[in-house]
Amino acid sequence: MKELLEEAVEVRRRTLEIIFSASRGHTGGSLSSVDILVALYFKVMQVDPLRPDDPARDRFILSKGHSVESYYAVLSRRGFIADTVLDTYGKFDSLLSGHPTRKVPGVELNSGALGHGLSVGAGMALASKRQNPGFRTFVLMGDGEHGEGSVMEAAAFAGHYKLDNLVAIIDRNKLQISGPTEEVMAIEDLGKKYEACGWEVTGTDGHNMTGLVEVLSCTPVREGKPTVVIADTVKGKGISFMENKAEWHHKVPDREQMEEAMKELDKIKKDIGDGK
Amino acid sequence: MVNDAIPCRKAFTATILEEARKNKNIFVVTSDARGSVTLGEFARVLPGQFVEAGIAEQNAIGISAGLALCGNNVFVCGPACFYTSRSLEQVKVDVAYTHTSVKIIGVSGGISYGALGSTHHSLHDIAVMRAFPDMQVYLPADRFQTEKLTRYLAGSTEPAYVRMGRDAVPDVYSDIDQFTFGKANILTQGSDAAIIACGETVFHALEAASELLTDGIHARVIDMHTLKPADSETIISAARETGHIVTVEEHSIYGGLGSLVAEVTSQHYPVKMKILGIPDENVINARPLEMFEYYGLTAGSIAREVRNLVRGDV
Repeated sequence: MKELLEEAVEVRRRTLEIIFSASRGHTGGSLSSVDILVALYFKVMQVDPLRPDDPARDRFILSKGHSVESYYAVLSRRGFIADTVLDTYGKFDSLLSGHPTRKVPGVELNSGALGHGLSVGAGMALASKRQNPGFRTFVLMGDGEHGEGSVMEAAAFAGHYKLDNLVAIIDRNKLQISGPTEEVMAIEDLGKKYEACGWEVTGTDGHNMTGLVEVLSCTPVREGKPTVVIADTVKGKGISFMENKAEWHHKVPDREQMEEAMKELDKIKKDIGDGK
Repeated sequence: MVNDAIPCRKAFTATILEEARKNKNIFVVTSDARGSVTLGEFARVLPGQFVEAGIAEQNAIGISAGLALCGNNVFVCGPACFYTSRSLEQVKVDVAYTHTSVKIIGVSGGISYGALGSTHHSLHDIAVMRAFPDMQVYLPADRFQTEKLTRYLAGSTEPAYVRMGRDAVPDVYSDIDQFTFGKANILTQGSDAAIIACGETVFHALEAASELLTDGIHARVIDMHTLKPADSETIISAARETGHIVTVEEHSIYGGLGSLVAEVTSQHYPVKMKILGIPDENVINARPLEMFEYYGLTAGSIAREVRNLVRGDV
């Protein structure tokens, strides 16, 4: 578990470094997804960077495609792309687009327009059911993304076809670009919406690595039902002055803020080392 | 030859059923349109390769992309009007941009639905689909060409959009030589003018060419069954060898076949052109053939436009 916690610190570090170097990025949402991504890629999912096209691999879709920086950082740390490629982010003709594309090894879907990922994930889960490669499909969505009606079309489909090999994870950081989700356009009761579509609804602290690994490893929770994990998260998690602030949706830190952020990450890493 | 029995959509469903029996990786997805597409038999015979998505076109396209990303060749079928409007972003992102092996089969396209109104017409589909990088666009002219095209697509991994109509249309072809990928069909030889058509207007273009013969005008009729990738070579040859081009399409005069031909000729061999199609308006309430007549897409009107263009030179 200590390794996973340290990994999450390194992912946050690389995430901020590439955002700073590119002078662009979705800082807050990238940071709120980090622990979920680390749990999936370093513990839960069966994936092999040496065989990114293995038909039996577990599938992951970043439906909230704007949180791409921490996704790239995780793919790099996990060995799908070289660390030097990360440094090209934001540079002319980089392999790395501002939203995920399948040109990048490990990426399963070109995303960035919200409300697409759950449908494509359900299609993958159906293929797995009908053709028996036996993999699981994980789809990470934003909470604000639930304003898109297509998400509910996909939820109905997955419930109807009893896709118990499909896991939706909602990064419930409670903020979208204009402010709190419940003020911009109320999305609650999220759990009840999924339940009504035939899903098993569960939740966890989206920054508690032990809890995340446990809940994500135990999916499907119930036979014959897709699972949704509502992960309670903090936008900007890990950097005190970025946490819970909508303005950090796509704000880029300046040099001083970067130094401060790195100090905070150093402190977190030291605490992990000290067993705190 | 008159064909009252088999619309293109039925030729498609019969053919895709045959192909899917041979290939377990062919899937058919629909959105409560198994009746209008005529997929009932497919659903009964190959339930494991059939997916009903309900009235949810956005999701149907996403599901299709997901199936395709797992190594399948997916034909998602339903009214052209919905797949080219409601789910356009899914088509753009999940199919074209992600480059998935999804074939969007838009049935009852153009003004097939007659008096049902603009909600049900798709007169913008060529324009939007051909503007997406990597998306192929096809409009077969009759049941024979539909069958040949379907067999071709069953073996292709490219994203594609196919539009076909609702009613049976007169046969343009017999069972040979109707479709070669990337090559437009020259149906009549002629050097006075070229009539370039696609889909259901090909038949009317041929009739117009026959009528023109009585005036001593020899028109070259070209079936541009593939709008993208377009056969520019055949267009340029027609421009160079005839000097007059009339295009005929069941589509808005903006962005479709006429625009495509003008894009090619204006940059390679400018010639006099007339673009026949549906004007920039919501169409009248009428039966499809009545609408073709009203908007000048049948033989008499096409022939008149060719005469005007050719005689304008004299």
